[in-house]
Amino acid sequence: MSNLDINEVLLALQAAYGEAIQLIGEGSQAALLIAPDQMLDVFGVLKTNEFYQFNMLRNLTAVDYLEYMEIVYHLYSLPLRHSITIKVRCTMEELTIPSVTKIWPSANFQEREIYDLLGVNFTGHPDLRRILMPEEFTEHPLRKTYNFVGNTGEKR
Amino acid sequence: MEEGSIRMEINILQTQEEQENELLQKNIILTSFDTVLKWARSNSLWPLSSGLACCAIEMMSAAAARFDLSRFGYEVFRASPRQADLLIVAGTLTWAMAGPLKRLYEQMPEPKYVIAMGSCANSGGPFADSYSVVPGVDKIIPVDVYIPGCPPRPEALIHGMLELKRKIKHPEAARRKI
Amino acid sequence: MVKTETYTLNMGPQHPSTHGVLQVVLELDGELVIQAIPHMGYLHRGIEKLAESRTYTQFIPYTDRLDYVSSMGNNWGYCLAVEKLMGITVPERAEYLRIIMTELNRMASHLIFMGSLAIDLGASTGMMFGFRARERILDLFDMTCGARQTYNYIRFGGVSVDIPPQFIPELKRFLADFPAMLTEYHELLTGNEILYHRLKGTGVITAERALEIGLTGPALRASGVDYDIRKVEPYGIYDRFDFNVPLGTVGDCWDRYIGRMEEMKQSASIVAQALEQMPEGEVMAKIPKVIKPPVGDVYHSIENPRGELGFYIVSDGSTKPYRIHVRRPSFINLQVLNETCQGLLIGDVVAVLATLDSLMGEVDC
Repeated sequence: MSNLDINEVLLALQAAYGEAIQLIGEGSQAALLIAPDQMLDVFGVLKTNEFYQFNMLRNLTAVDYLEYMEIVYHLYSLPLRHSITIKVRCTMEELTIPSVTKIWPSANFQEREIYDLLGVNFTGHPDLRRILMPEEFTEHPLRKTYNFVGNTGEKR
Repeated sequence: MEEGSIRMEINILQTQEEQENELLQKNIILTSFDTVLKWARSNSLWPLSSGLACCAIEMMSAAAARFDLSRFGYEVFRASPRQADLLIVAGTLTWAMAGPLKRLYEQMPEPKYVIAMGSCANSGGPFADSYSVVPGVDKIIPVDVYIPGCPPRPEALIHGMLELKRKIKHPEAARRKI
Repeated sequence: MVKTETYTLNMGPQHPSTHGVLQVVLELDGELVIQAIPHMGYLHRGIEKLAESRTYTQFIPYTDRLDYVSSMGNNWGYCLAVEKLMGITVPERAEYLRIIMTELNRMASHLIFMGSLAIDLGASTGMMFGFRARERILDLFDMTCGARQTYNYIRFGGVSVDIPPQFIPELKRFLADFPAMLTEYHELLTGNEILYHRLKGTGVITAERALEIGLTGPALRASGVDYDIRKVEPYGIYDRFDFNVPLGTVGDCWDRYIGRMEEMKQSASIVAQALEQMPEGEVMAKIPKVIKPPVGDVYHSIENPRGELGFYIVSDGSTKPYRIHVRRPSFINLQVLNETCQGLLIGDVVAVLATLDSLMGEVDC
């Protein structure tokens, strides 16, 4: 339930950061697509600016789209009661994204989970290691290319 | 007359023997050591508190007031495997937990028994085709009783434990000739 | 020269007080904790990967098994996300039934919290009291959907089956008995001086740190932050009910404990109000036989007994989801364990773990 007009946010941020910010999706699925190199600055603005005040990182996850990996941030502002979705993309060859743990420490475990299951490296993370799979495990199970023969015999 | 009196004496002696036999039968039990041990073990199984997932909550409910495992003598859940003789694997076993579980089993002293509770412990359950789930606890340790259900009701767990009691008391009933 | 070293103690995956298969590696200086690092993954079942090879409807039972003590809430969160993506409206009676079931489940979950807190701190009869009251709630669920723990009751477009005729009289009997039960538990536990001294002042989390670290649910509200999704972003028909959200002041274990006891009372009040207002009617909307949401993604979160449970679903237009991610409150709440336990005794680590109320099925997913 957001009474924040995402087009206004888009225009305001594009005035400062130009083409690094784009709008994708429409209606309730609208999200801002931000380039990885400008990401930390934009997030800083979104957290501290008095019109936005996004002080809660609700959800941080990633989706494997085969040609690229999309990291999704769902932000929420407790004082102003509005929410926004931010997406950042990186290619499968260069799976590196800056970590947002300095801005929202709640990203800690969630980034470790994405590193463990999908293989995205978060630069600047205080302790990037596997969290759900054992340390010796070498693959990233949630990738679309991870196939395993199921215990019941069929290939997934 | 003399024959009659001798017969009466022999009759009195016999009834005295019978009386002594009766006294012995009422106050001494003659049995084998094996049977006593089986009776003692089956009536006081001490489970290890080794709940892994959702079935553990039903195991706790079985030990709680309504379903009361205590009426069978099984309510003493031990925290240490060295003091337990029954391992109830309640929940999904993952490959990460397989090592610790095997170590727990090996730390239990003989004779020890294993109950696989729930479909995840029996055969992997709904997660059987997952990359990190062991398809059944019997891939790691030998199992005595399998309890189906997802999760099995506490009554089903009690039924399983009573089947284990029957198996301990009459091991020949559990051995099948193939 | 006298040299002292720290001692590493493993509170391993099999432990009566870790609420499941959680490993906490404690670094101790005598009995004071210097570091308490949680190691998870012993119950990682790969549910998010399994979701990609199940249909949307086939995934509903898997949501039951995430936070297995509050399965109704998990079902509802997932169904709400898919209904938002597909634009399905739910009939009135189904909305009321959903709220009644979820609030009853909240009470059952907090009773387990109370029972395990008592037994972890040594008062083992406390568990018996908690489970005894919970059995009455489970009877209600059993007569409706046939299951005691993993219900698979809330489906897309409503609920799977209407309540039987004996449900409402039984529920009214339970609601009439519940205040006396709660008073009894308060006399036994809240009035106990040992419990008070063990919980008061232990494991303080300040409001700013709680917000920063991503804490949600009763643990966040105990620190004084007023964030309850049922009030802030009401879903279902929560805006029709009148209830309070208990807030703590200090953010220690005592506040977290009292907050949950108070929430049980508020849940009972919501159920009573819903019973009065519930209309007759259908319990399931007309939905297509094959669930094929349009292409897109959606995130929806609800207030589960442990915190904010969110579902992020990416659909590619087919019958199986492209990606489902579950935002699990217990997983994110565990981030606060290390810093809260520093400087405490080992027994206090148990109290902090019990009041954070993490459930491993949800942590590991």
